[in-house]
Amino acid sequence: MSAVTSAEPAVRTGWRSPAFARMLRALLPALSLALILIAIAWLNPRAISYFGFNLMLNLAIPIALATIAQMFVITVNELDLSIGTFVGFVGCVTATWLRDAPLLGVIVLLASIGVYAALGALIHLRNLPSIVVTLGMSFVWQGLAILMLPKPGGKAPDWLQGFMSLKPPFVPFPVIAAIVIALGVHFALMRTSYGAVLRGTGGNAQAIRRAGWSILKTKVTMFALAGVFGVLSGMALVGITTSADANLGNGYTLLAIAGVILGGGEFIGGRVSPIGAVIGALTLALAASPLLTFMHIPPDWQVAANGAILIIVLAARALISRREADR
Amino acid sequence: MNAIRTLLARPWIWSFIGALIVWLAAITFTGGYGAGGMITAALSLAVFMVIVGIGQMFVITLGPGNVDLSLPANIGLASAVAMKVMDGSNSMIAVGLIAALASGMAVGAANYLLIRVLRIPPIIATLSSSFIVLSIDIAYGRGLQIKPPPAFADFTNIQILGIPILAIGGVIFAFLAGIALQRMIYGRSVLAIGQNMRAAWLAGIPVERIRFLTYTLSGALGGINGALLAGYFRGASVDIGNEYLLSSIAVVVIGGTSVAGGKANVPGIWGASLFLVLLLTMLNTFGVSAGVRLLLTGLIIVGVITAAGGQPAQR
Repeated sequence: MSAVTSAEPAVRTGWRSPAFARMLRALLPALSLALILIAIAWLNPRAISYFGFNLMLNLAIPIALATIAQMFVITVNELDLSIGTFVGFVGCVTATWLRDAPLLGVIVLLASIGVYAALGALIHLRNLPSIVVTLGMSFVWQGLAILMLPKPGGKAPDWLQGFMSLKPPFVPFPVIAAIVIALGVHFALMRTSYGAVLRGTGGNAQAIRRAGWSILKTKVTMFALAGVFGVLSGMALVGITTSADANLGNGYTLLAIAGVILGGGEFIGGRVSPIGAVIGALTLALAASPLLTFMHIPPDWQVAANGAILIIVLAARALISRREADR
Repeated sequence: MNAIRTLLARPWIWSFIGALIVWLAAITFTGGYGAGGMITAALSLAVFMVIVGIGQMFVITLGPGNVDLSLPANIGLASAVAMKVMDGSNSMIAVGLIAALASGMAVGAANYLLIRVLRIPPIIATLSSSFIVLSIDIAYGRGLQIKPPPAFADFTNIQILGIPILAIGGVIFAFLAGIALQRMIYGRSVLAIGQNMRAAWLAGIPVERIRFLTYTLSGALGGINGALLAGYFRGASVDIGNEYLLSSIAVVVIGGTSVAGGKANVPGIWGASLFLVLLLTMLNTFGVSAGVRLLLTGLIIVGVITAAGGQPAQR
């Protein structure tokens, strides 16, 4: 790999400079989102309206929340393969207990966040591969969800349905929600001093430990945060679909990973971007159905188009990163 | 005693012990009824996990981040390709198998191209390619209801002294894979790359050629597995390979291969596959509901991996 980069000429000014490449890289998630929006506007101008955005981006909120949950785990160099079924489990709790026995529902949801925190501790203390532990947990959440709701059903609490179908003036609710999530997490993770410690756990755990911070505590914090956002994602999802199903969130595991990477995050090194992750999730949500329906792509090939979009965006990023590495 | 102690020091022995315990629990419950049949069935089903598990093992051994998530889609497409080419006629069995193999190898090679040329992380590369393969399969296999040729379907069910012929083939294959891993330049190169890619490169190992071979191998094994599954289950379907996404990774890790790469274990894959299959059989004989079955499977996987412990921290 180093052989490739050293072969590039060392031009350091103007549009070939590393600084420009870095900026381009940071802007890439936003650029790909803009491209998809332009494509949609071109194919169907009527979609670019208050109502159209509401419709197209509605499901983007739970995807964005699940992506942020995955991002927290990826920040500390782990991977969560259970977030999808966890979202489904939360959905089932929300549509049953949270409505019929709110106190019990709240306790169960808090306990599930506790389980996530405990997983972080277990993975760190026993030095376990997170892929396998969360793989096992994905069966556990799915099993619990099926036990609770063997058949699709349940009903979202009215206050949650009401909240998810808010119609604020001028700006569609999903857009506001995305901005709030992105900025909130960005501030907490990128602008606070403990946020730097949390990211440092992924970048250089030894340095963080020598500086006197507990790695156990940072990992538990990140897994607990992943649990919190998983719960929010499941609740938001049921608030939109109004009823639940044990398999509701199964696709979210891979979507969330893709969203983080699309948004400029990396699997190791604590290099993540909350704003990018939310934009990545929006891009995926938009690319998933509205764009493809407008383009008259037959249903058989919609999944393929999704994969192709992922590949194109990531290939563009790889080209830019190559230039950035040329310092 | 010494022999037992050295045996217990092997990382793969625990998966076999686990399989044995689960089997004993199941036949205790049935009062000894169906003990042999249970093993016969488990051996057949475990072979499919072993085949993809070994492919996945070579990929995972390449180092952190290397994993093949395209196996389910690959298996689905290969099963459709095999059934369409064989078209129910005995004379076309060999051609169908070769077609399935070629389809799998094409998927594997495409995965590598995405990783190498476009520099996409393997997890995302194989994930995106699996989306595309899935679409091809849906379009190609639409309404496909071709039964496998009778001779091929029978072949997947032949038993010798109660041992399925597939299982015998699977053991021979695992043995060869073990030799390839430990005694051949290819396997040693995979291990070296997994331990330190840069050091392997400096030592003159053709790193990229080995990675290409490994992803193609994993794809090829997925293709063969698809054809065999279609024979065993009497037909192809889009979701025939779905369970192998998680189980291929699970058998590799439970079997004692390091997810950090550079350390692989072939016998453990057989043990872990038997363990997982027998675990499902046991829960089925207990007559528990689907929810409880999933719940217990998950808890046992987490329990096993916790008990087996992780790798010592990297130096």
